[in-house]
Amino acid sequence: MVVVNNFPFITVVILISLGIYTLIFKKNLLKIAIGIILMGNGVNLFLVSLGYRHESIAPIYTNAPEETSMVMPTAQALTLTNIVIGLATTALILSLAVAIYKHYGTLDTDKARRLRG
Amino acid sequence: MNLLTHIPVLVIVIPLLAAFASPIIGKLNKKNLGLFVSVILGITLILTLILATNVLTKGPAIYVFGGEDISLTHPSGLFAPIRIIFQIDAMSIFMGLIASLVFFLASVYSLSYMKSHEGLEKYYTLLLLLATGMSGMVYTGDTFNFFVFLEIASIASVALISFKGTDCGEPAEAGLKYIVVSAIAGSMVLFSVAIFYGQYNVLNMATIAEVMQFTQLDKIALILLVTVLAMKAGSVPMHMWTPDSYSEAPAAITMVLVAVSQASLYALFRFTFTLYNIKMNTVAVGWIIIILGVLSMFIGVTMAIIQKDIKRLMAYHAVSQTGYMLLGVGVGLAVLANPIALETFGIKAMEGGIFHIMNHAMYKGLLFLTAGALFFRTGTRDLNKMGGLGNNMIYTAVFFIIGAAAIAGIPPFNGFASKLIIYESVYQFNPLLAIIAMLVSILTLASFVKVFHSAFLGPKMEQFKDVKEVPKSMLFAMATLAFIIIIFGLFPDLVVKNIVHPAVMALINQSSYTEVILGGM
Repeated sequence: MVVVNNFPFITVVILISLGIYTLIFKKNLLKIAIGIILMGNGVNLFLVSLGYRHESIAPIYTNAPEETSMVMPTAQALTLTNIVIGLATTALILSLAVAIYKHYGTLDTDKARRLRG
Repeated sequence: MNLLTHIPVLVIVIPLLAAFASPIIGKLNKKNLGLFVSVILGITLILTLILATNVLTKGPAIYVFGGEDISLTHPSGLFAPIRIIFQIDAMSIFMGLIASLVFFLASVYSLSYMKSHEGLEKYYTLLLLLATGMSGMVYTGDTFNFFVFLEIASIASVALISFKGTDCGEPAEAGLKYIVVSAIAGSMVLFSVAIFYGQYNVLNMATIAEVMQFTQLDKIALILLVTVLAMKAGSVPMHMWTPDSYSEAPAAITMVLVAVSQASLYALFRFTFTLYNIKMNTVAVGWIIIILGVLSMFIGVTMAIIQKDIKRLMAYHAVSQTGYMLLGVGVGLAVLANPIALETFGIKAMEGGIFHIMNHAMYKGLLFLTAGALFFRTGTRDLNKMGGLGNNMIYTAVFFIIGAAAIAGIPPFNGFASKLIIYESVYQFNPLLAIIAMLVSILTLASFVKVFHSAFLGPKMEQFKDVKEVPKSMLFAMATLAFIIIIFGLFPDLVVKNIVHPAVMALINQSSYTEVILGGM
């Protein structure tokens, strides 16, 4: 049972490790963007898993039975914020990748590299 | 409705609203947009000064968002503060002063420096957003709110670094490096925040500090926070983004970026001192920060000596100077659990480190502005192509000398004041560290003598014979910084006693931070 209960957290670790692996070992700018998205998603999953409370009532006002207390949706609010921030980050990375491709004609980080030393 | 009580939110909201107003103002009146932004940031500076006198005389200011009352931190019927709270103690306001001054001067400098550029409304929008982000980072008392402001600052600074990116690839490359670093840092900060939330069900810093158990998970959070915030502050071995982004950004933005990376440094100190304090193994964490600092000092300066690009050289010096702050505060952290050592040299070392943050922001800003002035007139950053500019740009040369003397720690400039405190106190902790620090200072001087020689001295060069002094607004920004450098250098005791010492005590006394929020419990 322990493994099943911890399944979301194991997935979180796998996602973040994959993201870090991609960032370190992949040379393509688009793959680097994917690595960052993977990391962000790992953190999002972590937040959402923390927000789950067993046999509690989801904080949806129209759906909840009356006069019961609902879960405080802080973790979900944090996740939403992070998704929006992740969107902005991804857009910025991709637009920079476009600019680099325009000037250097490649997405390979070893070749598109003028700043050294 | 007393306006004075709302200053903590006004210093954030005024730049934020102005950021979204500036595209419209840019459409209506393109000429005066820069002036508008300077006025806005000037107002923010004045408000921050008022707030600073308030905080330093009357104690920490708090501002609760969305509550019935702005000072009601702890609504009845709830187990902990749940609202976003701005908590401004002496340390926060110390960083806030740096931020508002640097942003004001950057906008004044940009009046002339960015004049010929296209898309200025975007530039100013981003500058104001960056001002919002940095002020928010240092004022907030909420871990998740800190993350949001960190991301605002990161995204705005990336866009500003690659602002010139339309006709060349290097700015985009520098920006890409910084956004990757920032995205990792942001994700990991949020991960740590989630760890705190998962264990303690709160996001408020003071409350977390109060209930901190220092479990295995807290250790993971501590490691992540120290690593990523040191990375964002540009400490070796995670410094690879610093030279690129500092050299490719426009000069005014580089000055601002120095301050923003120090906001990450502030967060590092805030998390280690306020959240963990003596619950963690302070000796180990202190030594890790000291080692990061010594590495940054030494590797930064050795890399700087071989540079030919003036801004790249200064960027490596920025890495090296960050080392001094880490060293000073690291020593304070290492002896935090030992009251006698803390009293004899720990507090002094921290004063040195914290004072150096402000001094660094001033003289490094000045140096980057002079580098920008050289670039503005000559169109190159390559030191081998410059020469004899002292004949034409006498003011810039004088300002450069002041900045260079300050960074090398020559009296009577401010760098000397803070470095002396660091040497004296660190020597009592470990003589070797103090010797390394002095050696680095000598190497810094050597490197700046080289820059001065190749840029300003020598006969007039043919291609630069028509070079004029830079416009007045750029001179004004540089002169203000030079003035502050000299004043701080002449009266360091006054500054240390009135601004720096309260900031250090605010960091050390964890209870002074938590009591403000949880006083009534």
